[in-house]
Amino acid sequence: MHSAVQRANTAATIAAILLATICAAASFLDAFNSPSLQAHVQVVKINRFRRQLDGNDEVKMTLKMSMDLTSLFTWNTKQVFVFLAAEYETDTNSLNQVSLWDHIVQEKERASFQVKVPTKYPLIDQGTNLRGKKVGLVLHWHIMPISGRMIQGKMPLSNFSLPDSYTTRS
Amino acid sequence: MDRIKFLGDVKIRPTLIQLLNLGMIICSALMIWKGLMCITGCESPVVVVLTGSMEPGFKRGDILFLHMNKEPIRAGEIVVYNVDGRDIPIVHRVIKAHERRDTGEIDILTKGDNNQVDDISLYSGGQLWLNSHHIIGRAIGYLPYVGYLTIIMTEMPIVKYLLIGVLALLVITSEE
Repeated sequence: MHSAVQRANTAATIAAILLATICAAASFLDAFNSPSLQAHVQVVKINRFRRQLDGNDEVKMTLKMSMDLTSLFTWNTKQVFVFLAAEYETDTNSLNQVSLWDHIVQEKERASFQVKVPTKYPLIDQGTNLRGKKVGLVLHWHIMPISGRMIQGKMPLSNFSLPDSYTTRS
Repeated sequence: MDRIKFLGDVKIRPTLIQLLNLGMIICSALMIWKGLMCITGCESPVVVVLTGSMEPGFKRGDILFLHMNKEPIRAGEIVVYNVDGRDIPIVHRVIKAHERRDTGEIDILTKGDNNQVDDISLYSGGQLWLNSHHIIGRAIGYLPYVGYLTIIMTEMPIVKYLLIGVLALLVITSEE
């Protein structure tokens, strides 16, 4: 008849197959979630706009943001990583993406909020192209699941133009 | 009970068939692994998270599925990269990306979600940016806990030897 080892082997195999199926199903169902989120960002103030000692432009600013990320959450969501990127182009670079601020939302209840914060990371250019530059602010999110496929998305928000001259002399 | 064969009793043909079965199992596993490498375009399509620098998203012992293609690296992606001179790959998120018009090359800065500072101190020498050739894959999927066994086996080799020993014993004494 069946020995203990054979029974343990069968039980383990079935458990593994079931787990794998549930993980795949969770990931599959996540694809049907069509989020409709709202967000708004505004540059309150440019705190500092200067040329660094190594020759690159640097900007630090204060942002006022409000967003509602609740529609991104499903039962398979562990956390949503959201960040705001400044995106612009220059003569030498076809695309520059610099993250200014990021946040991790772990619960659906805390997914709708407003903040007024200084930028977590400064906007540093490769060069000195930022004076008078038009910069787009794009909200990016990364849905990290309890198991399965990770989903990324983004939404362009407002644009703003940097001042024509530095606010502090370096 | 004749589950344990005595040495004088060993029959050639069943033993050879057993060895062949073992060889088939090993070959199938290798085929699946190499096949995955081709499909995903990465040298190691599955990696185990070793540090807590990406918590609470990824914890030690979690498994990441990687994929690589020619699409340019963009901010927000979780990438796995190798620094020149180090053999353990690092899994962090891209926070800055600058793409050059003329060469199409991209300068990348990464940071772990749970770290206070970006990775610039991890890059070798005076290197300020990562480029596409440092990136071995992008993380696209994730399974929790499964990789913890690998960590245990690496940090306590005795477990690895024990496991191989037990498996070898089971194969030798099985009757199929």
